Amino acid sequence: MKAAAVAGSSAIARAKPRREAGGFSTLYKKELADHFHSARFKLVFALLILTSLASLYGALSSISDATFSSSEYLFLALYTASGSSIPSFASFLAYLAPLAGLAMGFDAINRERSQGTLNRLVSQPIHRDAVINAKFLAGVTTVFMMIFFVGIMVGGLGLAVLGIPPEAEELARIFAYLLFTVVYTALWLGLAILCSTLCKHAATSALIVIAVWIYLTLFASMVVSIITNIVYPLEGIEGYYNLYSNYALQLDLERTSPYYLYCEAASTLLNPNVRTIGITTQASVSGAIASYLTFDQSLLLVWPHLTVMLALTMAAFTVSYIAFMRQEIRA
Amino acid sequence: MANTIIETRGLTKRYGALTAVDDLNLEVRQGEIFGLLGPNGAGKTTTTLMLLGLTEPTAGTATIAGVDCTRNPIQVKRIVGYLPDNMGFYPDMTGRQNLRMTGAMNGLSGDYLEVRIDELTARVGMVEAIDRKAGTYSKGMKQRLGIADILIKDPDVLIMDEPTNGIDPEGMHELMALIRELAEKDEKTILISSHQLHQIQQICDRVGIFVQGKLVACGAIGELGKQLEQESGFRYEVGAKPAGKGLIEALKAVEGVTEVEENGETLMVRAQTDVCDALVKALLAGNFHLTFLRPCGSDLDEIYSRYFVKAGEQNEGSRSGRIFRHRKGEAQA
Repeated sequence: MKAAAVAGSSAIARAKPRREAGGFSTLYKKELADHFHSARFKLVFALLILTSLASLYGALSSISDATFSSSEYLFLALYTASGSSIPSFASFLAYLAPLAGLAMGFDAINRERSQGTLNRLVSQPIHRDAVINAKFLAGVTTVFMMIFFVGIMVGGLGLAVLGIPPEAEELARIFAYLLFTVVYTALWLGLAILCSTLCKHAATSALIVIAVWIYLTLFASMVVSIITNIVYPLEGIEGYYNLYSNYALQLDLERTSPYYLYCEAASTLLNPNVRTIGITTQASVSGAIASYLTFDQSLLLVWPHLTVMLALTMAAFTVSYIAFMRQEIRA
Repeated sequence: MANTIIETRGLTKRYGALTAVDDLNLEVRQGEIFGLLGPNGAGKTTTTLMLLGLTEPTAGTATIAGVDCTRNPIQVKRIVGYLPDNMGFYPDMTGRQNLRMTGAMNGLSGDYLEVRIDELTARVGMVEAIDRKAGTYSKGMKQRLGIADILIKDPDVLIMDEPTNGIDPEGMHELMALIRELAEKDEKTILISSHQLHQIQQICDRVGIFVQGKLVACGAIGELGKQLEQESGFRYEVGAKPAGKGLIEALKAVEGVTEVEENGETLMVRAQTDVCDALVKALLAGNFHLTFLRPCGSDLDEIYSRYFVKAGEQNEGSRSGRIFRHRKGEAQA
């Protein structure tokens, strides 16, 4: 059989099927396969599923509680209601979605480099940017699938238990919310890829992105409140005058953190009774009709958040793209 | 003479103050094995990277088969297979999957690709191991898989960076035979960069000696030996009995001999001209018993160390760093 194959090969050699070399699609498929086979993906995915189930349990137990102030949007409460000691799905995801992005990207480039496969890739007749584009897009695809999976899983299980079908608007809100989460996670993926491009060792880049993640998620707001209280102290008589400036500065500083932006956007999308974000005065609410915000109005409210998050993602990816393209590929 | 396929003109690469490759003019002809020899850090890898368009030269041009390597790297990479120093494979994929991926990146697919993978694995002797995960391969197996990998696209030119690094002697022998076969049977042009002289000496048609970014000599190994003899004279290793002062005096008395120095058991004789016969006559006339006589100079080790020493001296003597230019011209002419 071997002999036949070898004999046949010379004939085939003449009719070599040379289609346009598919660098990007080959790498994209390979990266996706890598993600799905990696222990890391399975771990993060399992973590997301477990926390979603826990939050769903908490939400269901608090919804079934008689004291639960039921709104018209019961289905959305599946995502936002928290149980006695279990955070809601939305707050779990706000904490953990970045982890998914980080895990998919922190060693994207430097592993190829230390493995010695990068110089093999770039000596193939493909454009060099195909490597980083494929890595980023495969990461986004993986993240998209993970987040939509847990989001839909929570909705589906909740539906089975609650037995109240969601309205179209609720579905639209959930879809928009999950999409926001994907963009937010893509931002972290971009940051992780940036670190993997700049750092030689995967461990260094993992440490850097995890440090940034923990800082922005847990400590940024503390630092912000310290700064605002130094600039505009709230003690004494002076404090009354500073109240407005203090709050305004705090909000401005908080909004530099993507975590805060994401949380603001998520709560606006999932709670139709969030009517404004930022400072509201007596004057601005006087005469307002107490009602829920429609979906398009909610979306309008968080449009700037989406823009900023997309811009940050683009910026992170662009910097890593440029760094990667200019980097020396050496053994 | 065959056509020139790889050509560099005034190729220069600087990293800040460091000049990695300095005004390199190199021609490699179609179908030959060219050895780029030099110590570590001489700029060999930088040169190969510039040939593949992976590094931009500071000045000068490099072309392969008439295609500019800097401007059209993709077109160049279609016809050039590059085996980097520490070529890696995805450890979680089998050898076959790794090769298949390379094939796909070169636009190959289907039966053609599968047949080609089988053929090449048989050729590099990896048939038993090809369906194992690449992470389990030894260094020698990786090197063989690497050769299969760069041959997938059926390149015209192969560039190998230190292909003999970390390979056991048995594997080395096979590798050398394979490289030779690729040049002779498949008519590939092969550029090997290495600091291991002996293997390269066995298989190269021509070598270029590369020191501190400069090509200090270029030509067939025999030619280089002759060139060296003309410049630094002839050298002979002589052993005769009875050894001692009398022997040294007798050798020094031969016309043309400039220096005699003791070298362990034997004596090293330097001369301006070919004094081989005269030495024998003098020794016989002096009733010495000749035990050993070997003209030195044409073996690569000697050539190599001599050129390195010379390059070092010249660099100390002059800061301009452009001393060997005239010699390069000669070597290529």
